[in-house]
Amino acid sequence: MDAIEIKELSKDFGDKKAVDSLSLNIQQDTLFALLGVNGAGKTTTIKMLSCLSRPSGGDALVMGHSIIHDTQAVKALINVSPQETAIAPMLSTRENLEFSAGIYGYKSAESAKMAQDMIDQLNLSEIASKRARTLSGGWQRRLSIAMALITEPEVLFLDEPTIGLDVIARRELWHIIENLKKKMTIILTTHYLEEALAIADRIGIMAHGRLMAEGTADSLRAKAGTDDFEEAFIRIAEEEVK
Amino acid sequence: MRMICFASRNTKEMVRDRINLMFGLGFPVVVLLLLTAIQANVPVDIFPLPRLTPGICVFGLSFIALFASMLISKDRSSSLVLRLFTSPMTGSDFIFGYTLPLALMSLGQIAVCLIVAFILGLRASILNNLMLVLTLVPSIVLNIAIGLICGTLLNDKQVGGVCGALLTNLSAWLSGTWFDLDMVGGAFQAIAKVFPFCHAVDAGRAALSGDWGSIFPELWPVIGWAGALLAIAIAIFTLKMKSDSNGKQ
Repeated sequence: MDAIEIKELSKDFGDKKAVDSLSLNIQQDTLFALLGVNGAGKTTTIKMLSCLSRPSGGDALVMGHSIIHDTQAVKALINVSPQETAIAPMLSTRENLEFSAGIYGYKSAESAKMAQDMIDQLNLSEIASKRARTLSGGWQRRLSIAMALITEPEVLFLDEPTIGLDVIARRELWHIIENLKKKMTIILTTHYLEEALAIADRIGIMAHGRLMAEGTADSLRAKAGTDDFEEAFIRIAEEEVK
Repeated sequence: MRMICFASRNTKEMVRDRINLMFGLGFPVVVLLLLTAIQANVPVDIFPLPRLTPGICVFGLSFIALFASMLISKDRSSSLVLRLFTSPMTGSDFIFGYTLPLALMSLGQIAVCLIVAFILGLRASILNNLMLVLTLVPSIVLNIAIGLICGTLLNDKQVGGVCGALLTNLSAWLSGTWFDLDMVGGAFQAIAKVFPFCHAVDAGRAALSGDWGSIFPELWPVIGWAGALLAIAIAIFTLKMKSDSNGKQ
């Protein structure tokens, strides 16, 4: 079953086409990486799929619900970890997690239990009672992702989850994301090739607002006629320009 | 449930910001203490507590507008708002979630002012005190609405200037708390009468003194301003929040 069906999705900002007639199906429980350079249209795509930004054209179904006509149903099924850490600075880690569950309608006792589970799963116990604004960038990012996971969404959007993190923190986050595979559908945007290669089941390459190619890493290499993924990415991404 | 959760978060964000809290609760109390000390050393009634206390309460509520606008503008400029917008929270969850803790803080602020005034020697019946609180409800709504509008339209630095300086000064100078507006007269008095602050103070004074018949003529302009600004605040908040999320690439 397809978790996401994107049909001719477009977004214009004035004369600029940020996303241009994007069509794509993503199977349930897949980890799909949208790979592209800055300005390729990845974040705009995520914003439209998460009902944050209204498309200029086209539509998409998330678990069968339209992102235009059935936004409340879509919002109840998804969660998002935005590109920048999205936390409440004056709340503790535990309070942030409970808050995230609470705004999805979970009762106080349920939220508390879910927060404890998340603290255990993501090894957040040492920062559980610390205010979010006092945490390091790596911990804040981990908390931000935990706030997206706590509601056990059917579709999870991770927008550049490891941007700005050091190598060790990035590897730790990859490990966390890999553990989520097969439990939910994950759409991850990144401009790190090694990140897409390391954790994604399928990869979509975006450039100039368009989906240039989609498939497994091997199929993309084969399409570009090279064994080097970086070279394959460049060839595919620059196809349009040539 | 979602609204209560959001309101709880907003309460914690405001209460844990000690600088805001000290200004919001502490500054009106300091002014009350200072003016009462001045009164104690002059032979004529310039700041008698029954007239001063309602004025300080109205003045103090302008800090609630500052609280509200700071919180909303900070939320708007942070990525947290993206998380909130992608959640199933509705427009009413947002508006009530911001409004409820601010209303409770306003009542707390009024209570602190009344307790301090009582310690300083204010003697009024419990009923009259309750009537004062009731007459201040439109002022609470007014200031929350101003906070919603400023927080929605301005960034956190601009909010400091508009709500932290301009509004608190307007509220102070045009309220008739520090001096009798009749003594100034002319254009100043005419302008002051257009704004709701002096009417709110006069209604409060009438309530505290038990002159209940004089409350409503003064309270109508405050209710009018509060109702109009609240309607504008809800409209602007709803439109701007949508455009903020939709317009960012």
